[in-house]
Amino acid sequence: METKFIELFKEVLELEDKNVNLTDEFRQYDEWDSLVYLSIIAMLDDEYDIVIETDEFKKILTVGDLMEEVKKRTSK
Amino acid sequence: MAFQTIPNVIISGIAACVPKNIEKNIDSSLFSNLDDATKFIKSTGIVEKRTVSDDLTSSDLCYYAAEKLISNLNWGKEDIDCLIFITQTPDFIVPATSCILQNRLGLSKECHAFDVTLGCSAWVYGLSIMGSLISSGNFKKGLLLVGETTTKTKSKQDKSTYPLFGDAGSATAIEFSPGSSGFKVHSGTDGSKFSAINIPDGGFRSQTNLNSLDMVKFEEGVVRNKLQYIMDGAAVFTFTITTVPKSITLLMEKSQVENENIDFLLLHQANKMIVDKVSSKLKFEEERVPTSYEKFGNTSCSSIPLTMVHKISSHLRTKKLNLIACGFGSGLSWATAYFETKNIICPDLIEV
Amino acid sequence: MGFQNFKNIKVQGFAACVPKHIENNENLNLLGDSEQIIKFIETTGIKQRHTVKGQSIRTSDMCLVAAEKLLKELNWNKNDVDCLLFVSQTSDYIFPATSCILQDKLGLSNDCFTMDISLGCSGWIHGMATISALLQNGGFKKGLLLAGDTSTMTKSPFDKSSYPLFGDAGTATAIEFVEGVDGIMVHTSTDGKGHGAIIIPDGGFRNFYSPESEIYKEYEDGSRRNNLQTFMDGAAVFTFGITKGPRSVFALAEKYNLNLAEIDYFVFHQANKFMVEKIRNKIKIPSEKVPYSLDEYGNTSCSSIPLTIVTRLSNKIQNEKLKIMTCAFGVGLSWGSIYFETDGIVCPEIIMI
Repeated sequence: METKFIELFKEVLELEDKNVNLTDEFRQYDEWDSLVYLSIIAMLDDEYDIVIETDEFKKILTVGDLMEEVKKRTSK
Repeated sequence: MAFQTIPNVIISGIAACVPKNIEKNIDSSLFSNLDDATKFIKSTGIVEKRTVSDDLTSSDLCYYAAEKLISNLNWGKEDIDCLIFITQTPDFIVPATSCILQNRLGLSKECHAFDVTLGCSAWVYGLSIMGSLISSGNFKKGLLLVGETTTKTKSKQDKSTYPLFGDAGSATAIEFSPGSSGFKVHSGTDGSKFSAINIPDGGFRSQTNLNSLDMVKFEEGVVRNKLQYIMDGAAVFTFTITTVPKSITLLMEKSQVENENIDFLLLHQANKMIVDKVSSKLKFEEERVPTSYEKFGNTSCSSIPLTMVHKISSHLRTKKLNLIACGFGSGLSWATAYFETKNIICPDLIEV
Repeated sequence: MGFQNFKNIKVQGFAACVPKHIENNENLNLLGDSEQIIKFIETTGIKQRHTVKGQSIRTSDMCLVAAEKLLKELNWNKNDVDCLLFVSQTSDYIFPATSCILQDKLGLSNDCFTMDISLGCSGWIHGMATISALLQNGGFKKGLLLAGDTSTMTKSPFDKSSYPLFGDAGTATAIEFVEGVDGIMVHTSTDGKGHGAIIIPDGGFRNFYSPESEIYKEYEDGSRRNNLQTFMDGAAVFTFGITKGPRSVFALAEKYNLNLAEIDYFVFHQANKFMVEKIRNKIKIPSEKVPYSLDEYGNTSCSSIPLTIVTRLSNKIQNEKLKIMTCAFGVGLSWGSIYFETDGIVCPEIIMI
């Protein structure tokens, strides 16, 4: 699950050549902006059929946090 | 044109909610002396009315009425197909208050919800709109929430309007009932007289600005700003005593209903003069024309359901009734409905 | 729950009216440097918008013009219009209802049933359901649904998350009771939990207007707004739109056995291209079946569906038999879909005033 998630994440941020670590705070990436955020929302909906509300998303800081949240919601 | 026959629907219950706070007209500083106040009370019939505190809105009053009604009806919240909120005092310009109420009441996300803007004709129009949506059988259960905080749109320094109005909210439950005679409605509009009842600023024709709050003296005892209600009393009175009896008569003719078969005539509670004039023109004696203006004033769109809860609740709960209701006012807009009720749910008036 | 089929109802025509004045996003300093402007236009698809800026044109004026044109093209006698619904969140007054004023301005009969509905982007969907319900018993035969907004009047010119997206328009849809036709199929939904996602804080009766309402405040994202201007949580609205929109279309198709592959056109609320494309892809609709008007007109709130039909499908809808699916979603949160068929109907060119 982890490999697929990182792959999708990199695709959305157009970071294919970059090393993405689970401890990275994704909002610090140069590539991060409001449009990327929307693309993440779309990706989570398309690939995992989950929706993370704006308030909840604010609490998610790292790539790893996001992946854990996805795991949590998809295992239900 | 103008007539609708809406079959297969019934009113299952009605509830109303008013604020606890009472303002008595005899104590009002708007009248120069006791004589004036007494005269006013005698001609309008309005002894006292209820006024909301700053933190309450029409939707709060309707919410409490709705909660009580749903509970007494034993309706499952998830079964409520439709919610219509009719008011001239919504919580926000955007979003529609009905959406907020859908969530607050815990209704299903599949609930069809929208706001309608209408004034004193609202409850009868609401019967028509909600009735039409349910009549086809697509929907089975609907809540018509009708309420207004009229006192929030009136200048406290305007003796020509402030003492007339009170606040109230109501909830009417309408249900699909195959084979029922349903509602028969006559309605009309005269927009040429729209300025007879209006608020100048606050919409988009003339947006609010800092000048909107300037209090202007129009005459002794009549001081208001542009976010406060103006009424051309004479124009409204003339309209009422001509158009309203005509509408009721037409509907009765079309529905083939005789005066003597009507149990109660429910008129919008504008004031005593209007109610007396209209009922005498139509030859309905006092016993068959319940009133609520004495204790609640003119509560705009909710005056008819409020009158039903306040004055004829025991009849509604225990008998089969043939009723005519007529709402008329801002627009100018009017509508008359003929409908039957049989042992419906009607909780006591709620006060908050 | 949520589904309605109104038989004996026929959509007979559309008309639309926009202000002549155009605001071009290519010149909009608010968006930043030229690179940012290009990115914005590419993402949202919105190059320009027609706006009432600085003029006294209001929603009801545009709807009036559209209605007059439509009535003329349809050859409808004004006295025969039984009901008029005005859907807007930018009405003329707090009260009276604008539909009453329009009854008079249009010269309709005093017997005309009029009402205002307050809803935003989903307004045309809910309006169509309501007017169809009123007509379906046969007592009323002809109805006009006027839907429009002057959205630009409620947006802060210093807020790049909303100002560059919106345009103004007023539309008219004619509906008639016609015995024996299949009618229209509707799905609607509401989620008031999200009511804060698109909101004007002051000016209603929860938070009355005060001098403080006019004060501009600066927000985290650099935008400036006062409390009489729309706050929009873009991410929340996007999330909502791309999930609920497709679900509504699928649900409607399933309920009424509609074959999505046989539908000629899908007309979506013109929120922005990024969002609508996501929806289109989710439903797997070929792009030629999804017309866009937002490039020229922006997001025009409740009028966006009829506006798109008038500006992009006018020829087809006048000359061919069409199966149309419409879907709108927005403020409330409120959303829904309508499926209907047309058989050569009236659809005059867009009017500019």
